[in-house]
Amino acid sequence: MSEGVEISRVSVDFGRFRAVDNVSVDIRPGEFFSFLGPSGCGKTTILRAISGFLEPTEGSISIGGRPMRGIGPNKRPTALIFQNLALFPLMNVWENISFGLKVRGIDKAERRRRAEDLLRIVDLPDAADKMIAQLSGGQKQRIAIARALAVEPKVMLLDEPLSALDLKLRQHMRSELRAIQERTKVTFIYITHDQNEALAMSDRVGVMSKGRLQQVDTPERIYNDPVNGFVASFVGENSILEGRIQQLDRSQPCFVTADGAIACVAGPDLTNAARTKVYIRPETIKIGDEQTNTLPVVVNSVIFEGNVVSVIGRTESGAHLTSQFTNRPGLMLPSVGEKIKFTFAADAAKVLKVE
Amino acid sequence: MSDFVRRYGWGLSAILVTLTAFWLLALVWVPYSVMIEKSFRLYLPVSEIGGPSDRYTLANYLSLFDMSASSEFLGLMVPIAVQVFLITVFYSCGVTIICFALAYPAAYFLAKKAAPAQIPTLFLMLAIPLFVSEMLRTFAWFIILAYQGPLNALLDAVGLSKVRWLSGYNGIIIGMVYTYILFMFFPIYNSLTALDNNQIEAAKDLGARSWQVHLNVIMPHAKPGISSGATMVFMFAVGSVLVPTLLGSPNSRWFTEIIIRSMFEGQDWNSAAAYAFLLLLVCLLFVSLVMKLFRVNLADITR
Repeated sequence: MSEGVEISRVSVDFGRFRAVDNVSVDIRPGEFFSFLGPSGCGKTTILRAISGFLEPTEGSISIGGRPMRGIGPNKRPTALIFQNLALFPLMNVWENISFGLKVRGIDKAERRRRAEDLLRIVDLPDAADKMIAQLSGGQKQRIAIARALAVEPKVMLLDEPLSALDLKLRQHMRSELRAIQERTKVTFIYITHDQNEALAMSDRVGVMSKGRLQQVDTPERIYNDPVNGFVASFVGENSILEGRIQQLDRSQPCFVTADGAIACVAGPDLTNAARTKVYIRPETIKIGDEQTNTLPVVVNSVIFEGNVVSVIGRTESGAHLTSQFTNRPGLMLPSVGEKIKFTFAADAAKVLKVE
Repeated sequence: MSDFVRRYGWGLSAILVTLTAFWLLALVWVPYSVMIEKSFRLYLPVSEIGGPSDRYTLANYLSLFDMSASSEFLGLMVPIAVQVFLITVFYSCGVTIICFALAYPAAYFLAKKAAPAQIPTLFLMLAIPLFVSEMLRTFAWFIILAYQGPLNALLDAVGLSKVRWLSGYNGIIIGMVYTYILFMFFPIYNSLTALDNNQIEAAKDLGARSWQVHLNVIMPHAKPGISSGATMVFMFAVGSVLVPTLLGSPNSRWFTEIIIRSMFEGQDWNSAAAYAFLLLLVCLLFVSLVMKLFRVNLADITR
């Protein structure tokens, strides 16, 4: 049975540098949880703290309710999949997979049997006697997963495992990993800087920046209801307008920009926010004038990406707005330099504090 | 070859090839060939050279196996020379094992655990003794280990009893370990620096305790380094002259003494050459057998 991970007010310092700052989150048993954030945001540090390779400077980590302070990585019920996989080059495939069983004293025949079972789970039934160097990137990935599953961990930790793979393979492995997680019901804690991966695979996502956890939510809510400008920018595309918020307490808040007042919705925690901006998703901006907010723009560029079309327009004050819509037969695209109108609803314009 | 010439130009290539050829031929092949040839000839007075008794013979080699002077080794009576040879190999193996036991932890510490800032200092500390000549280093040990020497003085001052360090083979073993340990240290260190730290962490993460990580992950990786280190230490120890002479005791024999005695006391260079080549051949055989036993390929060592 898998267990959950309780991270309570954890901070990790390296000398004077605070890599993880007061992070608290409860990861549920059997959940696929992702930590998402740019390089250097502290997500790898958190993973290493959960797996036991470093101790938090403050706070505590518990797995299945048991505090893990002072317990080394070889005694924790976790298995870590490294970014470079760290497979043992001098052992063949089944020896790699059964390594965790070997150090537990399980005999050779049993180890071989279990390794072959795991190879079936990761869909590589004939690879048992091959050497690691003979495998492709995707195959090595699956052997690393099998090796981790062999020790029946309560929590699987994955450190950007797909970053070294090419696009098609990454997409294939995404569904593979999700399928394995659903089959084995092990808690997966996944870290990545690729928002598509995090959104596509996870039950919940924790967005991190500069050591702090910005938001923990389902992928839908992370995308649709970001709590601040960082989350809104990091996940998905935005058109951003600068300005000042007004009438925060009235039923229809209003954001004053260089291009005029915009009817908007207020995000959380705006009362003491130093800076705020309006964030608008591209799919909510249409060409025309039927919605609450309308801005005249000059078409800057038209980007045809096959299934979606993006039109970038410049407002009078020089701000850029992007409108994105799906391609359909007979679509008339505006031309560069044409004067058109962009329109969007009030609730598409989210005022968020800049992180 | 054409790459080589293209890179360095004809002139420089010719110089390099000539120098290498000179080193190989004049300083290695020719002297060895002369000695090998001599080893098959008897040591004759000047008048008999070129005469009927000057023919190729194995007599020099066979003289080692002369049972007339025999001694006991592990319950068997063997010719004295064979006994001394077996003792030499036995203690050389001991020296190799002790060198490994000391060098491996040190190399592991330096390769994996030491802070990068400390490494140059530690390296210097290891290398400084090499600036002193081997003769002086060995003699220094003679002084340290002497019964009236500083080591015993220290033991005395702390209240422990003095020890006769230079009895039996102890002095030789200590001296050889000190002299040859760096030849074990550096190959192991090189092998270990090439080991990806992630593998050690992965092994730990999968539940391995420290000794299991060493046995299953680190040492197999260091095997080329251990093999080349062990080979070098063993061959140096077997062929060592200085250490057994200076740090030996009345009870110690080393095979090289037999070679030297024949060369300088008996002036019989032919027999000495024969003994030397026999030593070389048997040691090569021994090393090959051990390599086979531990499943080491030659290709791994040369890496």
